Amino acid sequence: MTVDRHIEHSSPMHQFVIGRLSDWQLGGLDISFSKAAAFMFGAVIVATLFLVLTTSRRAMVPGRWQSVAELWYEFIADMIKETIGSEGRKYFPFVFSLFSFIVMCNLLGMLPYSYTVTSHIAVTIMLALSVFLLTTFIGITRHGMHFLSFFVPKGVPLAMLFLVVPIEVLSYFMRPISHSVRLFANMTAGHTMLKVFGSFVVQMGVFGVLPFALIVALTGLEVAIAVLQAYVFTILTCLYLNDAIHLEH
Amino acid sequence: MPQFWMEDFAPQMVWLVISFIALYLLMARVALPRVADVLETRHGRIADDLDQAAQLKSQAETVIAEYEAALAEARGKAQSTIAQAGLEAAAAAEKRNGEVAEALAAEAAAAAARIDAAKTEALAELRDVAVELAQAAAERLIGAEVARAEVDAAVDAAIQDNTAGSR
Repeated sequence: MTVDRHIEHSSPMHQFVIGRLSDWQLGGLDISFSKAAAFMFGAVIVATLFLVLTTSRRAMVPGRWQSVAELWYEFIADMIKETIGSEGRKYFPFVFSLFSFIVMCNLLGMLPYSYTVTSHIAVTIMLALSVFLLTTFIGITRHGMHFLSFFVPKGVPLAMLFLVVPIEVLSYFMRPISHSVRLFANMTAGHTMLKVFGSFVVQMGVFGVLPFALIVALTGLEVAIAVLQAYVFTILTCLYLNDAIHLEH
Repeated sequence: MPQFWMEDFAPQMVWLVISFIALYLLMARVALPRVADVLETRHGRIADDLDQAAQLKSQAETVIAEYEAALAEARGKAQSTIAQAGLEAAAAAEKRNGEVAEALAAEAAAAAARIDAAKTEALAELRDVAVELAQAAAERLIGAEVARAEVDAAVDAAIQDNTAGSR
């Protein structure tokens, strides 16, 4: 793939270049390893090592780090219990992996000189599509043709159905778009803003302390957003799973 | 924006699928069972402790119930023993009262009989003395011997008169 792309190093967009590290092709498919791929594996390794190492003592009275691991586990378990109920247990590993992957990618992206995997629509749309396909698959296998009743809200007058049903169908198929764009846009906007204010610090000389102070505050906000957006993505996944399992609005 | 460079989509998606499947397998097979094991062990331990506490509590309650039953039984027994002892004591007292009363009555009767006998004897002696006295007095007055039978009759008549007069 030799499209000649160039982007200035000083541009706030430069941080989003995936940073190819190899040029691998597999039967016409571009499988080049990149900084993006490295950070994906980084998230996998950090999440796994954290959970394994903190539970290595299997303490009856948990220490500080083990408590974090237990809290992390129970946070997702409770979320599934509250939104889906007992039928959601089956999907716990998937939902947990999804949350862990996104929160780790988001937080690793907060490190200086790092790369934010979730700032790419290509990544978030894949995650959202996997949720969309999974929930649709569950809905159809569980309910068969009855799944279509999901698009027909109860208590709507017959005349209104001609209007309501297309809207319901459209909103259903818009789910992966809104699901993925929310995460991608939040991450991109936050990191762009940090970079813009960062360049102000350099350009404004002595007065650069003002944007610098702002950056400190924004970094705190971005860490919160990193966790919050992972939470939002996960709870929406749970709600979509609940829709597919229980066919309720 | 590098996010819309279409040639970068495929490599990101490929590595995303690979890394996410790796994460899923690591979570589902390794990490989550470990955390679940830790949590279950703790919950199991807590549940065991609660069970044991409940068992001990029920044991304690049984012991208390048994103790109270024994106490009530003992109290009942004591009550009946006291009642019986009271009855026995009352019966014994009555019996002794009767015996004493009988003895006293018998003694009183004997004493009355003795008094009567003594009285009769005294009266008889008194009459004899009166007869002898009257005979002696008459012989002195008239200087002649008076028949004993006549004196006897006179004294008896006098006693008869006296007794009737005093009545």
